[in-house]
Amino acid sequence: MPTVMVGSARDIVEHCGIARFLFTDFPLGNPCGHPWEAAMQKDIVTAALRLLETATGPRTTVASPHAWKPDPEWRTRYNRVDPADRERLLAIGEERRRSRREAQRRAATR
Amino acid sequence: MSLNEEPVRYMERTRAYYRALGYTRDYVWATHDEVPFARLTRPLREARIGLVTSARPADGSNLDAQGVRHAWSGAVDPLPTSLSTDNLAWDRESTHTEDRESYLPIAAVTALAREGLIGGITARFHGVPTEYSQRKTIDVDAPAILAGLREDGADAALLSAL
Repeated sequence: MPTVMVGSARDIVEHCGIARFLFTDFPLGNPCGHPWEAAMQKDIVTAALRLLETATGPRTTVASPHAWKPDPEWRTRYNRVDPADRERLLAIGEERRRSRREAQRRAATR
Repeated sequence: MSLNEEPVRYMERTRAYYRALGYTRDYVWATHDEVPFARLTRPLREARIGLVTSARPADGSNLDAQGVRHAWSGAVDPLPTSLSTDNLAWDRESTHTEDRESYLPIAAVTALAREGLIGGITARFHGVPTEYSQRKTIDVDAPAILAGLREDGADAALLSAL
């Protein structure tokens, strides 16, 4: 089955290796364009679909020319680790591990 | 290109984040030396396209009693109003997922079929669970998605991953 993917985590997708990749340099969540901007979304989807025909081999990446909104700080936000947040992050992790152990216990006794 | 304009290094960022959460083993992302590549067997203007999303059904109906998530499908017409992105990893501080077209572009692909760029869109889209286990993705979910696409008569698939 010929495939093409639209996504915004370029390093992860290229590390994995896929047939055809249209890279959109946006925050994770809106790979196909800015929310409510139908013309941009259509443009991005067109570029992705054209790759089905134009790519000649695997690991083909094309970068979309569309940029994210005027928001120079967006790249710094996702999963950032602020040293002042150390205790809070450790507490979040501990809670996740506790929930997971609990779920595993429940599954084991089912 | 300045540092501020380089694509985000998500693997590096994610490793640092999970270490800060107290996890001691780094996640190992899938990587493949050999990457399959299939060519279109008909012109794009005649090809029927199936869509694949990493979003989940709003009612959680792809989760079974044992807590296992399954591949799932939905109709493209009428357009699905809401899907769930709550448990997926995306940038909640910089954006939102209230516009489904921004991550599952059914209306855009339908319009492009009408305009003749592609031959058509399949009647269903398919949802793939995002899993920690690569084995489940490769051995269980991917074959289920492929079977669904073939059943729908898809000539090619467009995956849009949050």
